[in-house]
Amino acid sequence: MSDRPALADVAVGTPIGSRAIEVTRAHLVHYAGASGDRNPIHWNDRFAREVGLPGVVAHGMFTMGQAVNLVTDWVGDPGAIVDYGVRFARPVPVPDPGAAVVEVSGVVGAVDAEAGTARVDLTVTVEGARVLAKAQVVVRL
Amino acid sequence: MGVNAEYAGRRYPPTAPYAVGREHLRDFARAVGATHPAHHDVEAARALGYPDVVAPPTFAVVVAQRAEAQLVEDPAAGIDFSRVVHADERFTHHRPIHAGDELVTVLHVDAITERAGLALVTTRCEIADAAGDPVSTVVSTLAVRGEGA
Repeated sequence: MSDRPALADVAVGTPIGSRAIEVTRAHLVHYAGASGDRNPIHWNDRFAREVGLPGVVAHGMFTMGQAVNLVTDWVGDPGAIVDYGVRFARPVPVPDPGAAVVEVSGVVGAVDAEAGTARVDLTVTVEGARVLAKAQVVVRL
Repeated sequence: MGVNAEYAGRRYPPTAPYAVGREHLRDFARAVGATHPAHHDVEAARALGYPDVVAPPTFAVVVAQRAEAQLVEDPAAGIDFSRVVHADERFTHHRPIHAGDELVTVLHVDAITERAGLALVTTRCEIADAAGDPVSTVVSTLAVRGEGA
């Protein structure tokens, strides 16, 4: 795993990449089953509208789980992620038919040489609007 | 009925052990699009020094949500789930979760604060392994809309 980033190679402002994630209703059904979060707002339009949503929305935890893959793949070891926090800024409506597109990009926001860690700040948007705020991932390098 | 602020500061007894299954970890990883081989291939995980496939960073929510149910499903706590929005979530991993772990969780209600018709309920799950060593800390805040909001 020689392509893994070293602490000495990263600085505040170092970009770690970006990706776009397509999200369909099928993804939400899979996540509902795998996570045990079967709240009907994530699969039932009628129920979602009754509680004031525009329709079915993605699990916040689904978006959070998808967004961090960019960091895992950059750092090369899922166990190197020691801290990960987000604020859920707005829901992600998932149309049917069709898909929502979640855009994720990351940049190094802090380096702690003593602790041997770096903090990656993620920008996570749908149609240009942030869906996760203060999305920060601390990795051990 | 609103959220019962008297629950703030409460600490629940340890949960029954949660057995982390290899196939469940693989399925959860597929569900969040986590393709790193250490989530799927035992040999790849061992090459990184882990005893078995490891969990994606947000898998601990599955364990935490079971513990949080002690509060959320308690009618006396007054948390109406149809009025709840997930406000924030944070994982601190003391070590990665791996298949074969038997995890015990202690749920803490760290804070219940009300502002502008909204009750913010912050919980903390301290997840430990069978030896009692810390594995993950999961802090979650739910925002519960009041009756008039």
